[in-house]
Amino acid sequence: MSTPNKTVKSPARSGRALLILALIIFGLLATTFIQGVSSVKLGLDLRGGTSVTLQPRASNDSNKVTSEAIDQAVSIIRQRVDSIGVAESEVTAQGSGTNRQIVISVPGDSGRRVVDLVGQTAELRFRQVLAEGSGISNPADTSTAATPAAGVNADLNAKYAALDCTNPASREGTGADSPADTIVSCSRDGGAKYILAPAEVLGTQVSSAEAGYDPSQGLAWFVSLTFNGDGTKAFGALTNRVTSLQSPLNQVAIVLDGLVVSAPRINEAIPSGNAQITGSFSQVEAQDLANVLKYGALPLAFDRGEVQQVSPTLGADQLSAGLLAGALGLGLVLIYSLLYYRGLGLVVVGSLALAALIVYLLFLVLGETIGFTLTLAGIAGAIVAIGVTADSFIVFFERIRDEAREGRSIRSAVESGWAKARHTILVADAVSLIAAALLYFFAVGGVRGFAFTLGLTTLVDLIIVFFFTKPMVSIMAGVKFFSSGHPLSGLSPKSIGMKNYRTASITADSTNSVSTQSVSTLEA
Amino acid sequence: MVKLSGLGGRLYTGETSFNIVGNRRRWYSISAIFILLSIGALLIQGLHLGIEFKGGSSYTVNKAGTTVEQARAAVADVDIPGEIIVQKIGDDKVKVQTGALSAAQSAAVEKALTIAFNVPLESIDTQLIGPSWGKEITKKALYGLIAFLIVIMIFLTMIFEPKMAISAIVAVVHDVFITVGIYALVGFDVTPATVIGFLTILGYSLYDTVVVFDKVRENTKSVAAVGKVTYSQAANLAVNQTIVRSANTSLIALLPVGAILFVGAGLLGAGTLKDLSLALFIGLAVGTYSSIFIAPPFLASLREKEPAMQALAKRVASRGGAEPVSASVSANSERAAIRPSVGRGPRNQPKRKGRK
Repeated sequence: MSTPNKTVKSPARSGRALLILALIIFGLLATTFIQGVSSVKLGLDLRGGTSVTLQPRASNDSNKVTSEAIDQAVSIIRQRVDSIGVAESEVTAQGSGTNRQIVISVPGDSGRRVVDLVGQTAELRFRQVLAEGSGISNPADTSTAATPAAGVNADLNAKYAALDCTNPASREGTGADSPADTIVSCSRDGGAKYILAPAEVLGTQVSSAEAGYDPSQGLAWFVSLTFNGDGTKAFGALTNRVTSLQSPLNQVAIVLDGLVVSAPRINEAIPSGNAQITGSFSQVEAQDLANVLKYGALPLAFDRGEVQQVSPTLGADQLSAGLLAGALGLGLVLIYSLLYYRGLGLVVVGSLALAALIVYLLFLVLGETIGFTLTLAGIAGAIVAIGVTADSFIVFFERIRDEAREGRSIRSAVESGWAKARHTILVADAVSLIAAALLYFFAVGGVRGFAFTLGLTTLVDLIIVFFFTKPMVSIMAGVKFFSSGHPLSGLSPKSIGMKNYRTASITADSTNSVSTQSVSTLEA
Repeated sequence: MVKLSGLGGRLYTGETSFNIVGNRRRWYSISAIFILLSIGALLIQGLHLGIEFKGGSSYTVNKAGTTVEQARAAVADVDIPGEIIVQKIGDDKVKVQTGALSAAQSAAVEKALTIAFNVPLESIDTQLIGPSWGKEITKKALYGLIAFLIVIMIFLTMIFEPKMAISAIVAVVHDVFITVGIYALVGFDVTPATVIGFLTILGYSLYDTVVVFDKVRENTKSVAAVGKVTYSQAANLAVNQTIVRSANTSLIALLPVGAILFVGAGLLGAGTLKDLSLALFIGLAVGTYSSIFIAPPFLASLREKEPAMQALAKRVASRGGAEPVSASVSANSERAAIRPSVGRGPRNQPKRKGRK
């Protein structure tokens, strides 16, 4: 708290602070230009769309809600949602550890399908490969589509030929593949398509799976898996039958949610129930595959927590209402500060305008970098923050007036008032930040949006107060209009509540050095 | 406005003073009555929970000229269990609320509404809440509340002193109780947005209290050493000195919140904006009250129990200077020396400034 209050230094320091602020704003502007963003990303409640929040729950006793299981569920659901092919669809887990919700948001009208889609359970199955080809559609050429095999009729061949796995819609995991049917299927990435025999081993028959690597062969990652009793028998029979066949019939596809995750070739019969899948896996690929095998399917059951479908009309209404409320709130605060603080109110106008600019730029930049979207609750948070920001000014201005009442000149009152107000503003903003951080951490959905903007705007408030409001007031205190306590300056003896106009103006001229000295005594 | 700031000056010097800390029993009683009323209202009426907490479905049809009767008739044909609430919102919306429905039932209701009002499916705003969802968000809000109180308590103890932290928390709990009580009494809907509002109030109320306490701390730093005024008197001066600021802050915080309330309730009819701003509006008012009338007096009560402060009170009383309202008593100890009672010619004694 012991800032030197030498008024001589003030202008230079004020100038430096303003320069820093200009640099911050310039930096943000430059970032938005580089990113090429021009509009704030809006949440679904402002532009229409569907959001679904799922609450994970253990489906049975052996199936606990683990962090891994949630990750696995997110990736399966993401696969399904992506298959709808709506840009900017999102699947995220919100919260921490095992206490997480899965939030799916799909903008626009097509989101309604999501609700049905995510409710289905995904199944893991092992199926013999009957035919394999690249993922593109080739309907004209049905003859060479597949090596004829048992159960592959012309119908299926035509379907296989027409299948275009590069189209996301074909990769919509349906979970509807009947285990007893021969099916056509795409690989997860769409690069290959298959005809697959009826399922012979089910995901529930896998007892464990793990990724590992063999140090003697460099870093070759593999996945080892173990089957339970029934699984060992079934997998043994399957491998025994196919291993001697020619490619691709000697491959067994691991099918999750109707899509082929991997289709390894079977090198030998595996009667032991312990298998190893090798190949040019990266560590991530091996672990992903192990997870798929381990969890078998959607590893958890989900309670549908909340489904919200907002029409674009309502979204637009809410957006304009939010903006109107913001403009109205800002306007009222500005009018009030001008009426009450007169000349000083101009600083409030400038500060709030700059704060709004910075917040807007941050919305742009954060939308691009961390995927920040502005929701209605977020707008409310920002509007509420107008009050918090304005309050910092009030604390500061009232302190200046207090100091002036002590008999200080305006210039020294600004400096010593700031020294004290700064402490109050820091503590009070810290409380606000703590509140925002905890709200963000504990809450789901809309509350998080609110907490985020509230916290962000509180930070902006700190920047503005330190790098704009204070320097501006310091500079203004050097202008005669303010230092002499002009009736319209907001610092006149009358508005401060001092009785004698002359006393103040004399004090302003004569006791400058004395009061400066007394400040340092006080602060020591 | 000028009058108000003139008052600010008189309050600052102690020329005009409200004996807020001294009359603490009165404020305690008032608040106790309100809290009892709140508890009573909570027990008897309970909170009017929105479907987000109970579980249920809500369908809003956007079309001008829709009537409640039409909507009711449309939904009545669909076989769904439980009570159905149909509301008209604004001029061009009608909202149907039902209990928790299965996906199939929900689709049936949507279909019935699209046929009845001849609108595309996309223009119906739907919200489906699972029955266990409310418990989940209530649990989270509660965890958030507890964590918040603990963290703030530690923070304020570090910045100020433990007794200030306790007083601030008491004031916050007081605010939450009374706000919730008002909700129970009036029967406003409680939605997640309302909960956001409640939680924000905590921040606001503390923010206000922090500003007052910062001044209290400054004024009471060396009361015991100076021995001219009691802790309560010094605290009371601090409260008076920050009253104008508190009034200003509350007003300026209420302006944007009022704007949201006006737009939310008036133009949108219902929803996030209205629920949030209503909770804030009520909470802010209660929070301002508690930061002036509850937190500082409570702090004074706690501090006056300390032996040192009781001794101080005796000393002050024996000197006969115990008139807290008097302007001549400069309660601001440290300033007492440097402040040559403003308005009586500060130039006369500049040399006396500073040192003791």
